Parts: sequence; C-alpha cells; structure tokens
Amino acid sequence: MRRPGRVMSLINVENLSVRYGANTVLRHVGLTVEPGEIVTIVGPNGSGKTSLFRAIIGATEPAAGRVTLKPGLRIGYVPQRLHIDPTLPITVGRFMRLGDRVRRQDCVTALDAAGVPDMLKRQMSQLSGGQFQRVLLARALIARPEILLLDEATQGLDQPGSAAFYRQIETVRAETGCAVLMISHELHVVMSASDRVVCLNGHVCCEGTPAVVASAPEYRALFGTGTGGALALYRHDHDHDHSHDHMHGQEAAE
Amino acid sequence: MLDDFMVRATLAGVGVAFAAAPLGCFVVWRRMAYFGDATAHAAMLGVALSLAMQMSIFLGAVMVALAMAATVNLLTGRGYAMDTVLGVLAHSALAFGLVAVSFLSGIRIDLMAYLFGDLLAVSRGDLLVIWGGAALVVALIASRWQALLTATLNEELAYSSGLDPRREQLILTLSLAITVAVAIKVVGVLLIAAMLIIPAAAARSLARTPESMAIFAAAIGGISAVAGLRAAYAFDTPAGPSIVCVAASLFAGFGILGWCRRHGM
Repeated sequence: MRRPGRVMSLINVENLSVRYGANTVLRHVGLTVEPGEIVTIVGPNGSGKTSLFRAIIGATEPAAGRVTLKPGLRIGYVPQRLHIDPTLPITVGRFMRLGDRVRRQDCVTALDAAGVPDMLKRQMSQLSGGQFQRVLLARALIARPEILLLDEATQGLDQPGSAAFYRQIETVRAETGCAVLMISHELHVVMSASDRVVCLNGHVCCEGTPAVVASAPEYRALFGTGTGGALALYRHDHDHDHSHDHMHGQEAAE
Repeated sequence: MLDDFMVRATLAGVGVAFAAAPLGCFVVWRRMAYFGDATAHAAMLGVALSLAMQMSIFLGAVMVALAMAATVNLLTGRGYAMDTVLGVLAHSALAFGLVAVSFLSGIRIDLMAYLFGDLLAVSRGDLLVIWGGAALVVALIASRWQALLTATLNEELAYSSGLDPRREQLILTLSLAITVAVAIKVVGVLLIAAMLIIPAAAARSLARTPESMAIFAAAIGGISAVAGLRAAYAFDTPAGPSIVCVAASLFAGFGILGWCRRHGM
C-alpha cells in the first residue's frame, strides 16, 4: 500500500484461518510486512498471536487462506521460551553454530550486536534470563535475517530488562535494516518502538500506527483499564520526538 | 580371529554400543526413554512373527518396532497420555509375543535368548547384521545431526530454519527400530533401553557440548561391552546383564565424580 509494486513484501498473509479441531483460533486474518518495518501484534491471551506466528513459519497448516513468504526469505526467530533439557550440555558458542557453516567471527559479531559479548564458552544453563534472551537474539541475527520474528521474547524479564531488550531490537534494525515482526504484552514499551501495530483477537480488530491503534475503540474495548496507563506512557515517550509524531500523523491520515 | 566366540561377542557388543551412543543421547535429551523401552519390548512380538513366518528376526523386529511407533503417534493426543499409550502397547506386545512364541510347537526356542540376549552365540552373519545396522544408524544420525539437534532444542526454531521436526522425529524412530533389532542378540529385548540410556546418562557429567556427550557415550558403551564380557567370562555370569552392570557402575562413578567436582571436592 505504501510502496506499491516496488519492493516485494517479506510476509504476506491473506485471509488466513487456523483451526485446532473444532476450535477456530484465527479467522480471515490479513497481514503484510514490508522490508525494514517494525510491526507489533498485540492481543489478549488466546487471541491467536502465537498461532499466527506458527502459520507464518510453517509449523501450522492453515485451514483456509495462505501465507506467502518472499522466496528465500531469511528468518531470524526468537522463541517465547526455549527450554533446554538439563541433560543436554551446550555452550553458547555451540548453540550459535546450530545453522550450517557458521563462522566463529560471525558468532562474535552477533553476540556483540545483541549486547552479550564474551560468552562463547559459557554453558547455556548458566546464563541469566536476560542473557539467555539476548543469546537467542544473537543466534537469530547470525544468518543476517531480512526479518526478525519475536514471540513474547521478553517474557520473564523485568521491566528495565525488557525495555533494554527492545532498545537493542531498535538498534539492530537501525544497523542492519531488517524488518521486525513481534508479539508482546508490554504495550507501552513495544508500541512506542513500532511503525505499525496490529491488534488481534481471533481476527484483526484494528491496525495502524501506534497512535491510531491506541485510540481505536476496538483496542480500548480489549485492553480496558490498562490502556490508560499504556497510552499515557506512550504519549510521554513521544512528547520529545516531534518528527516521529509528525510521521505518524501523516500515515494516520492515509 | 573371528573364529573365537569371545572376539565375535566383543565385536557385537561394541557395535551395538556405538549405534546406541548417539541415539541414546537424543533419547535422553528428548525424554524418550520410555519410548525406547516400549519399542524394545514390542520387538518380542516381531521375534515371534519372524519365527512363525520363517523370516529374518532383524526384519521382523524392525517392522514391529516401526508399527509400534506409528500406533503410538496415532493414539497420543486422542484422550490418552503418552506414557499410558506406551505402557499399554509395550506390555501387550511383549505378552502377545511371548504367547505367540509358545504356540510355535515345531521350533524349539530358548526364550531367555531373546529376553536377555545370547551374545556368546553370535555368528559371523549376526556380526554382519549388527555392524551393518549400527553403521546405518550412525550414518543416519550423523548426516542429520544439526537438524536433529535444532528440532530437539525447539520445534519453532526448527520450522523457522526451514526444517520439519516431524521428519527428524521419523529419523529417530527409524534409528531406534534398527538399533532395537540389532541389539536383541546382544542384550535382549529387556535390556536394550539400558544400552541406550545408561552410557548417554553417564557421559552427561563429562561433556560440555552435545557432540562430546555422544563421543563419551560411545566410549563408555564400548568399555562396558568389553569389560562386561570379560567379567561374564571370568565369573560365569550372563553376558548381556553383565555389560549393563558395568555401564551402570560407570554411571554411578562418573556421577559421583561430577558431583564432587561441582561441590569443589
């Protein structure tokens, strides 16, 4: 819509429905992600956020509709939780080399970019929650992804920890130009960092810039009382960033 | 050299240990221990069918083990928990196998040989089957190592890297069926799971990476086979159980060693 016909969308979800048995978790969902943009999916528990992700990476067969990825799309996936069985010994360095033909130098660079340098020899089981998530991010960055998928990547981190994590994501986007598609509960943090927000509740309730979504009645109906605080924080964040506000205003007008 | 029954027995034991080591690591990491046990128990039915139809025991055991895995996949998630399904199928298959064998009146069968192995009676042909099967399992796992490891760590991670975790699961199931089939002669259906799990578990406290754990497991399994056979010869004890006893002792030894190291002793 914004770049008609010029660059192929990285991800194009059309009319997607997902069913588990008799239970329809997603109905007629449409979503596109363009190169370089940060898109956040918000929605209450059970709204199908994770199902949408699973359909995008091919882990869940759509009941209807389709998911088209740019051919050869390099995806960097940061899972919600990664449980490593205690019987499985693995160092950070080995974990980073899970893909094919990963060079040591690339591991070092990716760990630096994710904000956890000098960790190669540590056991994954010895990392703190924040370090662990950053190593997951580093692993996702190693194949120079065109898009990062983050599924509640800051679950289990405290507020300053997750705020720092999302700042890191913005830095990564600024440096590598990769697009970001993420799911998060932490509305005020992620919304301020997003170009576009998609509010999901089995279907797409509303969609647009953070400002547009935050003031949409559908969004307010879903997030109720919590919205006031998130909105206040969101506005506060952007009080000092006029050019950013201006851009949002333009997009909102489209 | 192969004329000596002890040499053949040792080679057979080491062959099984090598196949069981990397596979055993995945069985431990993925918490498939009971699945391995069940597959092995079900192989008894395969033995019975092979004897009745006069075909190779190896083939019969592989086929029944695969059928068992397929049935488990079919039944789980339909109202029964995985361990319930495994318990029902494994012990039913074992029981039906034992009953079926008793009907085979024309053939004199030493049941103990299939339950606990008959390592000292390994022939050159058996050796060929055991090493052939072991080589196949090691090659299968080595060629898919990265993919298997990724799928073991996280399903979504595997999908996003363009892998299909279901295919990796299938490779493990197939490897398990082959390993069970070649191990029947060596340790018998009741102790196969021990050869899978104990060396891998013993290797855990020594290893820092998945690869080193698989290599340590192979070494521990190999040592257990050699030492267990020597002990069986010296003390006139059953060969298969002796091998498992040595492996269990190594597990205990390395476990205590690891505990001391962690606690600075």
